[in-house]
Amino acid sequence: MKPKSQIVDETTLLEQMLLVRAYEEAIVAGSVAGKVPGTCTSVGQEAAGVGVVSALAGDDLILTNHRSAAHLLARGADPGRLLAEVMGRRDGYCKGKSGSLHISVRELGVMLTSTIVGGELSLATGVALSQKMLGRPGIVACFFGDGAACEGVFHESLNLASVWQLPILYICENNQWQAFVHRRETMKGEHISERAAPYGIDGATVDGNDVLAVRSAALAAAEGVRSSGRPFLLETWTYRSRGHFEPDDQAYVDPAEHAAWLARDPIARSRQRLVDSGRLPPEEAAALERRVRERIVAALAFADASPFPALDEMTTDVYA
Amino acid sequence: MPTLTPFEAIGAALAEEMRRDPTVLVFGEGVATKRHDLVDEFGPARVRNTPLAEGIIAGTAAGAAATGLRPVIDLLFAPFLCYAMDELVNSAGKLRFISGGQFAFPLVTLAMTGGGWGVGAQHNHNNEAWFVHSPGLKVLMPSSAADFKGLLKSAIRDDNPVLFFIDLALLHQPGEVPDGEHVVPLGKAKVLRPGSDVTLLSYGKTVHACLAAAEQLAAAGIVAEVIDLRSLKPLDEAAFLTSVHKTGRLLVVHEAARIAGVGAEIAAQVAERAFASLRAPIVRLGGPDAPAAASHPLEQAFAPDAAAIVAAARSLCR
Repeated sequence: MKPKSQIVDETTLLEQMLLVRAYEEAIVAGSVAGKVPGTCTSVGQEAAGVGVVSALAGDDLILTNHRSAAHLLARGADPGRLLAEVMGRRDGYCKGKSGSLHISVRELGVMLTSTIVGGELSLATGVALSQKMLGRPGIVACFFGDGAACEGVFHESLNLASVWQLPILYICENNQWQAFVHRRETMKGEHISERAAPYGIDGATVDGNDVLAVRSAALAAAEGVRSSGRPFLLETWTYRSRGHFEPDDQAYVDPAEHAAWLARDPIARSRQRLVDSGRLPPEEAAALERRVRERIVAALAFADASPFPALDEMTTDVYA
Repeated sequence: MPTLTPFEAIGAALAEEMRRDPTVLVFGEGVATKRHDLVDEFGPARVRNTPLAEGIIAGTAAGAAATGLRPVIDLLFAPFLCYAMDELVNSAGKLRFISGGQFAFPLVTLAMTGGGWGVGAQHNHNNEAWFVHSPGLKVLMPSSAADFKGLLKSAIRDDNPVLFFIDLALLHQPGEVPDGEHVVPLGKAKVLRPGSDVTLLSYGKTVHACLAAAEQLAAAGIVAEVIDLRSLKPLDEAAFLTSVHKTGRLLVVHEAARIAGVGAEIAAQVAERAFASLRAPIVRLGGPDAPAAASHPLEQAFAPDAAAIVAAARSLCR
């Protein structure tokens, strides 16, 4: 399957965001019902993921982390195979061996997904070195969070990428939360993008809850990386509106902050903009939402019908 | 047959493999400074100095290995591997399995260890067993110049992450290396001296202590078989089981701490699979459960020497 990279229509972006939301809500509902293992969602961050991926070219490569649903689905991953993976089934993209936390889909260029916070930062330099030394055209988009930006490997990665001039678009999804701790408790400064300058590279912060703003900033950043061969640090300013890991009662979250961010929900904003401007009549919006829900129902049925791996898979794929 | 030091043998292996395969590259702390002949021949893109940052060196190698290059990285001293554990163990060792086989990690990590330079415990720690215990990795520790070359060539050609431990006391000890293409397969132990009374099983520097001990034991009428494991993972189980079936006595010798060391695994396997052949209890000689000291006599006493091996073997054969 070819990655979907040339999307320009906001309705299509909205549909992708709706798909990500419906997919993750299905996982949450499944975990409440005891049918799906608990997982880390990216609810509230859909625009940040969808907007950036929409700005990438088909031969660009993506490295992501445990909050990967938007990156995978926007890149064209099949929700049925993703759900099969989350449920540990044979038809999952990783044969059920990954589960939700580190899903890679090489055929779509989603490479080496790591759930070790900062793991993707350490691997991206190597992937970009291959692109550069083997003369391949694509750049490397590396998604991480504000938590990973507090790991030592953040420094090591940006420093080496700058010294070696590696074509990496670093995307920090600053979702305000580092597992169960607000970033205010763990780091100085508001913005991760301010850290670009000491490495001699450029950075920018964009409203991560506005899919068009994200797409526009990512297009400019990716083009810069592509033409200069140098890294760029883009920060998408967003919010993790669910807990760290399902289930999570979020008793530690300030209700006022939560409410303020919910009022800026990226899907509601995009939908409202489309409806208000007449580009998406309300009945068509409702039809879009219905289509997405039907896709997820079918995906869940596919995943549920997929068998568990044979027990001998426990020891396959260990050595090449 | 030409004579090379292991340092030179490593350089020869790197040069030959880089000539053979344009995707092989080498980077690490001071690599381009120390191996300027490689820079001259292959250029600065394939022979790179790096920051003193083991995590990103290893992570870069893992990412590059999964996407078409075959990196060899030099992390200098084995204790520095602690900074690269996530990248080697969690990424290179596990992401093949986690991804359902979508990626392979053909990379080699060089690291020195062992007594000899008086550098103390943060530069000298035989931690090879940690990596034997980590899935997806292979582990080598040669004892001769010829094996340094032949095993490194095989490691570079292998599609898995390989930890290549260099006993630093051996690094500048010359030895014969066969002319031309010399490749030693991974997972094959080598019988260095055949014998019938006791098996002396070792790897790295202590192989030479075993050979010296065998010489002394021969004078006392005890014919010891000396086996160099060379590869700690995959482990050549057939080699030591065959030997123990013949001799009935096993002495495992290494500089690494005895506790949960490679010798413990071998002893357990022999107890499980060759118990009926044993004529005496298995004995392990290894370092104490302590950091290695810098002070010369303490550093040297950490590793079993020929006298200790002779005494243990004589006791076994009594």
